[in-house]
Amino acid sequence: MKDAQGTSARVVVVGAGVVGCAVFRRLALAGLKPLLLERGADILSGASKANSALFHTLYEATGSSLELSCVRAGYREYMEIHERMNLPLLKTSAMVVAWTDEELARLPAVVQDAHLSGVLDVRQMGAAEALLREPNLAPDVKGAVLVPGEYVIDPWSAPLAYALQGIANGGEVRRNCEVRGGAFEDGVWRLQTNCGSVEASAVINCAGLFGDLVEGICRESHFTIKPRKGQFIVFDKAAAGLVNATILPLANKYTKGVLVGRTVFGNLVLGPTAEEQEDRETAAVDGDVLKKILALGLRMVPALAKYDITATYAGLRPATQFSDYQIEALPERKWITVAGIRSSGLTGSLGIATYVAQLYAEHIGPLDPIEDPRWVTVPNLSEYRARPYQEDGCGEIVCHCERVTRGEIEAALEGPLPARDLPGLKRRTRCMMGRCQGFFCSSRIAELSAKSFPRPLSSGQAA
Amino acid sequence: MSGAGAETRDVVIVGAGPAGLGVARGLLEQGVRDIVVLDREDEAGGVPRHCGHTGFGVIDFKALLRGPALARRMIEAASGAEIRTHATVTGLKPGGLVEVSAPGGPYRLQGRRVVLATGVYEMPRSARLISGSRPWGVMSTGALQQFVYLSHARPFRRVVILGSELVSFSALLTLRHGGMEALAMVEPEDRITAYRPAAAVSRLLFRVPVLTRTRLHSIRGKNQVEGVVLERTDTGEVREIACDGVIVTGRFRPEATLLRASHLLVDPGSGGARVDQFMRCSDPAYFACGNMVHPVETAGYCYREGLRTAHAIARDLRGALPPAEASVVIEVGDAIRYACPQVVAGPLREDADWSFNLRATRVVRGRLEARSGERLVWSRRVHALPERRFSIGAGVLAPFSSEPVRITLTED
Repeated sequence: MKDAQGTSARVVVVGAGVVGCAVFRRLALAGLKPLLLERGADILSGASKANSALFHTLYEATGSSLELSCVRAGYREYMEIHERMNLPLLKTSAMVVAWTDEELARLPAVVQDAHLSGVLDVRQMGAAEALLREPNLAPDVKGAVLVPGEYVIDPWSAPLAYALQGIANGGEVRRNCEVRGGAFEDGVWRLQTNCGSVEASAVINCAGLFGDLVEGICRESHFTIKPRKGQFIVFDKAAAGLVNATILPLANKYTKGVLVGRTVFGNLVLGPTAEEQEDRETAAVDGDVLKKILALGLRMVPALAKYDITATYAGLRPATQFSDYQIEALPERKWITVAGIRSSGLTGSLGIATYVAQLYAEHIGPLDPIEDPRWVTVPNLSEYRARPYQEDGCGEIVCHCERVTRGEIEAALEGPLPARDLPGLKRRTRCMMGRCQGFFCSSRIAELSAKSFPRPLSSGQAA
Repeated sequence: MSGAGAETRDVVIVGAGPAGLGVARGLLEQGVRDIVVLDREDEAGGVPRHCGHTGFGVIDFKALLRGPALARRMIEAASGAEIRTHATVTGLKPGGLVEVSAPGGPYRLQGRRVVLATGVYEMPRSARLISGSRPWGVMSTGALQQFVYLSHARPFRRVVILGSELVSFSALLTLRHGGMEALAMVEPEDRITAYRPAAAVSRLLFRVPVLTRTRLHSIRGKNQVEGVVLERTDTGEVREIACDGVIVTGRFRPEATLLRASHLLVDPGSGGARVDQFMRCSDPAYFACGNMVHPVETAGYCYREGLRTAHAIARDLRGALPPAEASVVIEVGDAIRYACPQVVAGPLREDADWSFNLRATRVVRGRLEARSGERLVWSRRVHALPERRFSIGAGVLAPFSSEPVRITLTED
């Protein structure tokens, strides 16, 4: 059987968010030569383009869940592979801070839950120790819980590395390719896309914010995606020294609440909110909400008032009516559903991928793992490790705020998965993401990318 | 960190814009020749490089010039000084040791004196907490000028301009030059920030409506800007304008991240370096001048300040400058955003020939007062506009030179 491109039916992963990229990698390593389809102009165009980049222990989990086991497995695997792929891992630890006596009374339960879920190094500390560790916290802190095993990672380079390793091991990625329908006949899926018909021996639905719509191709979806918006404020590098740990308020059922913490890029991030909305595509920022986030940030770290805001952004989490991940194999339909992956998905993606491969092997078909797989590395964007501008021969610095060299821009526009639009180039290099937001470099970036972008920035019709 | 192994120079100037080139020229005129000017861009000249319209150079070069021509004249006037482009300073260490990143690899420079003249950028949309989606097509005047004058591109067709400072009218001229249509200029205050005739010019000459008492509520569009929602600040009336570009102008911020990552003191009001009247920083090996210490002034103002700073540096190298100890500390309050300089070194005399450069936080009609303790030293009535300079001649504060002086602006 051949599809429009003349290739045989193979496993198709729908959606190139962090989960889709990790599943794609795992299935490629399993010898399946998968095909990854992404509706956006680039990978990470949906939910995965905006999050708080936490790499975490899920210390707040209560009871067992699929989410918890995937996050724990993902945490372990990232620890094993990150150096080999040149992916950063910044140990920050986290501190859950109580600001009132009522909150202080809840801290022992936080410690207890963490211990019950197996995160044994979590402990409570008094206000004096909290202020010693975090001198810029507002002085009326009542107490805190320390979570030593918390990190932050690069939320864009990691999935890019997964996708690249999938390609290096026989997989293929098609962007601007939206799955709009499909039929299952004689054990094979024929998927309708905007770039022709694609035959699939099995379908892995990792469609994130569109998960229920893609699920509808296979069956009546039992879950409904309820996009949950998070808005963020980023502060300039000068402010990054204000905190060491990620400072968290006491979590509620839906969200960790507004946190303040370092990013691997050397900035400081404040957010997110949790706001339900209907729109699956556009996450708008709201000035009044941003002011409230800012007020919460100043409440925790008053010195933030002295620093400039670099950026504001908003992302959408693909929440469902269920609190746990919805991962399930439908053997008779050769379909695996991977849905409802909330913000823990950045940490959990590698664990989810392993679980999906297990489901595949148990219910759909054999795996033929590549004995000596190829490994790929991605450029380092972390400010806490050596960057190209500190070395010879990377060309001049083009983006001054984020110190991105010409060599880095050119490299991101080449290779097996090059940036084809500005958001993709920004995620691969961080250009134009600094405090001036393009005052100094946007026309240079437009020149350097003119031949690579289907719709050049200077043409007046950029995407 | 020691400067061992670093190349040494009498003066290292960071930034080859008007202020930095002014310092270079001034030093050469004073006979200080062992100097190097570092600039991170492809070419020296700073912001005037991409201000392709006219209006520069009248005072300093006795000619009405376009920005790029001004940049060339300033570079010529500094010939004899070594200018290194593509040289990005990445660290400032105590005593004048400067870390540089360049295409050939990183290196260090030890200056007997170092001048920070790193300039400004316009406050972006993000820092103004503007609502809406975040499509391509929202940019600063500086970025627009680079597209139009350096890349000869036409990134938009129909554009709304946010702000009404002098630079906002520069955006208007740039759009016109690039063949783009300016649909409106939006200003939340009840009058424009630039000199009033500018509004008449824009209305009469360019037929661009200036919408005062109007704020940019939100930006619409998925990949590219599709429109803006405007809201009247007085009536709350909302209207939408279809456009494919938004130029977010003015409200300049110092390019001071390098400074803030260093040991040097920062003035929270200006966001730039804390300086004395000689433009000397808290580490006396460092000086700072130009828009970084007082956002924002014209290119000419910064150039002349660079020349004056060069005189102070030349004196300092001869050991003839008063010690860098603050004899008077200036504090600001109420509606004052900043005063520059923030400290006075040595005695403040009645014949002092320099001024405190002040900015207000908002539109204020009121009384500007200087107090020493409870005692009123000096006062005058002012009508202050945000982003516009007003000043106090330093001499008037002279009799009370040994105590902290608090400058306030109180509304009537």
